[in-house]
Amino acid sequence: MVTLREIPDEVRGWIGKTLVEDTSEFAIEQSYIFTSCASVENGNPLLWDAETAAAVTAGWIAPPTMLSVWLRPHHWAPGRTEERLPLEVHFRLKKLLDLPEAIIAANELSFGEPVRPGDTLRARQTLRSISEPKTNKLGTGRFWVIDVEYFNQRGEWVGTDSYDCFGYRRD
Amino acid sequence: MARSFKILTAGDVKAGDRIPPLAVDVTATTVVLGALASRDWRPMHHDRDFAKNQGVRDIFLNTPNQAAWFERYLSDWAGPLGRLGRMRFKMRTSVCPGDTMVIEGVVKAVETDAVGCCWAEIDVGLTVTGEAATTCAVRIALPANERDNPWLRRGGEWKP
Repeated sequence: MVTLREIPDEVRGWIGKTLVEDTSEFAIEQSYIFTSCASVENGNPLLWDAETAAAVTAGWIAPPTMLSVWLRPHHWAPGRTEERLPLEVHFRLKKLLDLPEAIIAANELSFGEPVRPGDTLRARQTLRSISEPKTNKLGTGRFWVIDVEYFNQRGEWVGTDSYDCFGYRRD
Repeated sequence: MARSFKILTAGDVKAGDRIPPLAVDVTATTVVLGALASRDWRPMHHDRDFAKNQGVRDIFLNTPNQAAWFERYLSDWAGPLGRLGRMRFKMRTSVCPGDTMVIEGVVKAVETDAVGCCWAEIDVGLTVTGEAATTCAVRIALPANERDNPWLRRGGEWKP
């Protein structure tokens, strides 16, 4: 039977706080929007036809489900010596709670103002909760919930990506 | 002048309606293209040897790309005036090359909120050989009539 480490005071103090703030490495670009649409054969005229986009959304928008795409770091960048992780709070928790395995058990997306080509986005990661120890078929560990809220360059909320994670040790 | 497009209003939809299924034969290209389109560079989505060494049967579709498949499925049904408000996923099993994934949806409720926005609540499921791989509860705004446009809602008029 696995015995879990107590939650460190440092980590308890994180609950409800914004721990990481980040900015997109590039302005939202339309070629990436087309690539995403092509990957799922999404022919929505809102995303392909300028006149439809003008009539319905006052110009081009990105598919709402691309929300998390825009803050993902490049696979490589000059001068970078450490890997940048897209959901940094999650990996900090795994390390500090000494839980080497983890899965994303559920994911919730909510959408606000449309994201448009040329926008730059800012994101903030907030730890919402950490559970008491739980045991399931994967092992023994803890659930935690991280909210990633996204805002455009005008400070308007464009969406939230919430992750229900389970960090664990195999029994 | 915008080309004509499909308009599905809230009045066209009722609880219990089934959305026509979408079947897709998943290939390695489907998985890799989806991962790169969502800027997900992790090797389990493009490197078969890595995936198998992790105990998975093959590379598999990542969650953001599954979300994009669900969005495509719903916009095929609702047309461009349908505006996604919220999606909640539960991932159960992986979707790999060689699988045929089937996406199906059923309308659970249609309602109008306090600010006059019409919403359809839809349960969407992605199955492989009849087994649920991913479930997704969706809240999508539909126009109240052919003159309404949920995309024009801002601030307090938009409560996803």
